Amino acid sequence: MNRAKLEEALLPPVVALLVAVIVGDVLIISFGQSPAAVYRQLLEGTWGNAYGLGQVLYKATTLTFTGLSVAYALRAGLFNIGAESQLAAGGFAAAFVGLALPAGIPALIVLPVYVLAAGLAGGIVGGIPGALKAKFGAHEVITTIMLNFIVLALLNYLISARFKVHDTLHTAEIRSGALPRLADFSGPFHGSAANLVLLLALVLAAVVWWFLFRTRPGFELRAVGLQPEAAEYGGVSVGGVWWRAMAVSGAIAGIGGLNYVLGYKHYYEEGFGAGAGFLGIAVALVGRNHPVGVVIAAILFGTLSQGGLAVNALVPKQMVDVLQAVVIIAMATAVPEVRRALLSVRGAGRGARGAKPPQDARVPLPASRVPRVPQ
Amino acid sequence: MIRLTGIDKSFGPVRANRGASLDVAAGEIHALVGENGAGKSTLMRILSGMFQPDAGRIEVNDRDVTGWHTADAIAAGVGMVHQHFMLVPTLTVTENVTLGAEVRRGMRLDRLRAEGEMRALMQRTGLEVPTTRRVADLTVGEAQRVEILKTLYRGARVLILDEPTAVLSPPEVSELWRVLRRLRDEGGTIVLITHKLDEVMAISDTITVMRQGETVGRLKTAETSPQEIAREMVGRDVTLATAQAGGSSVQRSTAPTSSGLLDVRDLRVASARRDNAVDGISFAVAPGEIFGIAGVEGNGQTELIEAIAGIRQVTSGSILLDGQDITRTTVRQRGDLGLSHIPEDRHERGLILEYSIADNLILGQQHHFTKKLGALDGEHVATNARDMIAKYDIRPADPALPARALSGGNQQKIVIAREMGGGGAREFRVLLAAQPTRGVDVGAIEFIHAQLRAARAAGKAVLLVSADLTEVLALSDRIGVMYGGRIVTTIAGAQASAEKLGPYMTGAAAA
Repeated sequence: MNRAKLEEALLPPVVALLVAVIVGDVLIISFGQSPAAVYRQLLEGTWGNAYGLGQVLYKATTLTFTGLSVAYALRAGLFNIGAESQLAAGGFAAAFVGLALPAGIPALIVLPVYVLAAGLAGGIVGGIPGALKAKFGAHEVITTIMLNFIVLALLNYLISARFKVHDTLHTAEIRSGALPRLADFSGPFHGSAANLVLLLALVLAAVVWWFLFRTRPGFELRAVGLQPEAAEYGGVSVGGVWWRAMAVSGAIAGIGGLNYVLGYKHYYEEGFGAGAGFLGIAVALVGRNHPVGVVIAAILFGTLSQGGLAVNALVPKQMVDVLQAVVIIAMATAVPEVRRALLSVRGAGRGARGAKPPQDARVPLPASRVPRVPQ
Repeated sequence: MIRLTGIDKSFGPVRANRGASLDVAAGEIHALVGENGAGKSTLMRILSGMFQPDAGRIEVNDRDVTGWHTADAIAAGVGMVHQHFMLVPTLTVTENVTLGAEVRRGMRLDRLRAEGEMRALMQRTGLEVPTTRRVADLTVGEAQRVEILKTLYRGARVLILDEPTAVLSPPEVSELWRVLRRLRDEGGTIVLITHKLDEVMAISDTITVMRQGETVGRLKTAETSPQEIAREMVGRDVTLATAQAGGSSVQRSTAPTSSGLLDVRDLRVASARRDNAVDGISFAVAPGEIFGIAGVEGNGQTELIEAIAGIRQVTSGSILLDGQDITRTTVRQRGDLGLSHIPEDRHERGLILEYSIADNLILGQQHHFTKKLGALDGEHVATNARDMIAKYDIRPADPALPARALSGGNQQKIVIAREMGGGGAREFRVLLAAQPTRGVDVGAIEFIHAQLRAARAAGKAVLLVSADLTEVLALSDRIGVMYGGRIVTTIAGAQASAEKLGPYMTGAAAA
């Protein structure tokens, strides 16, 4: 990556964070606290001790999954707002399988089964809006938002009607396949939720990177995201890419449910996602839809989430929510992919051509590349 | 009357104007010529107040008006007619013309008086348009007249027109020239932005030539030649396509018209707006033949090409490639059978502007650059890029640069290299060339025309669609004219001329 490209990738998130810090300062001062003290507290409560760090890593793990999910769809030009319900569906499917399995099978052997189940469930929830988009041109922003309500309500019904342990909102514990926590290897992490699903998230990030940037289907997916007409011209089935991308995006979010079900509580609980699906949008935006960026952004947002609890004594922890919202707004304003996805209300590959900007305004050329006639 | 001196204007790192200047006397038709990207439109947008210059001075009627805005320019009688119409399709002609300068009576619009003013204006200028019709129902030529009326209605005495003939048929062009001369003779001043030399010669009194953001020449039309203007534009001698049109320097085969390499039979294709955008077209293109399709844009050419390429669904009829029915095959299958396609809009279809030159050079052939597990063969992509960049002289010669960073001509070379260069072990037999030289510089036009001729010489079948009649005339062995979704006539290239084709292009004559 050359310098200009790196700058283009890094500048918007850095500016967004700066804006957030300024807004944060104003808020903190308005609560009668000193910004320096609050930020110090925030850092000490997160990176300052092993427990805090473990909590950050746990949160960052789920956010890596949902962030990758949103980023993957955005690379295909689609805005997946449904990661929240896809995550829940994946978690539920894992718990469902876990309850059906016999006890005592080694985790490594059943892990693929869990990944498959969670991915399949998330993939179905994501694939439906994708298919509706490909077939009828239904805008995925609308359908994924609406599907969130349907899927979450359905899961809540299933839990309360069939699966819940009496007087709780969760299922019974899975019978095998629970993964060890970090605390099992290193004492200081005791009490924190971080677990080995963390490694799964990193592996998945690497796979997504390889797929997007080193394979032919990835080449075609990104082409559809940038210029669907050109992709169509290049022999790519745009509708096919759309529904597959949404299905895979849903599957990635679904696998994220394992962090809670396999690694932390070992059961499915209503509302375990706690907004991680929506926060995944922010993670993808700040991470510039790049798997490496997503991992970094997930750690950042994990830190903020956990930090909100750490500074609760000084300022309301909702202040951190406000900061996250500011980052999202600033990034959404700056990132072209989002604008493109939100502006595209086009049907499946055809429809009226939009107005075009004047030709000379379309492709600005750097001074060193002013058009030259071959000699 | 108008004097621009030392105008600098940059957009980010792009220096669109560097010390550009312009002198226009009152009551003349002044042609501002230069290749695409020479900075003509930018300079005129500065004059009309849309852009503010970074440096330099603008004088109108000996008054320093540097840095004025559109409203000031209109008040001073300087108006610009843009290349892309800015009209509201659902409003009538009068409503569009008076929009923003409505005639009111109290709170209400005075339609009667507006109509009266419109009629007076039309009479004075000779620009006739049905005033009560909705703009959506007008032809392109009429819509352009509405644009000009709109500018004149606001009291413009200086009219700037940006590439006004791009969408007009030959009779509409002559009509426009008549109107412009009349405006001039009544004391109006006209600045015409164009890169077509025959237009410059036909209509202008004086000429300013721009190259790479600078003003490089001032000429009097009566004392110059197209060759001289072209030399100023490019900075060296060029061969002009016009010089060969109808001449003996072009070797035309007298190819048989049956049993083509590409065979289109009774094809019907729908567009978003019309069910019969292509309305029963049949033709064949033989090996070693260039079949040109002339016609005003929007008469089904786009739909025809897209249907043959496999991007658009066919309603009925069939398409055969060397006798094999490809009507229901995919884009990819057609490509593998030897169908290449230079699309009409390289920014929308032909290139992925954010992708590198190397990646763009495999678009549509990516399945030939794949290893195990669907992984792209990076080495193969790189060697292909190196070969193509060298063979087609794509500049800058850096395969990692995004296509966005290249000039129009070099972008089009990427498309040509990919479609004609035989990369990915794909040898084409039939070439669809839609607007192959649109928006590229004169040097690249030469190159592209040579490529098309070489394809013909190598026994390929070429279907050429172009809005540039000169180009169709210069290259085609046979010419079909499209109007209203049909080929209304087919004429041998050697016997065709703009005068002969014109009536068919407007639908005035039928076969």
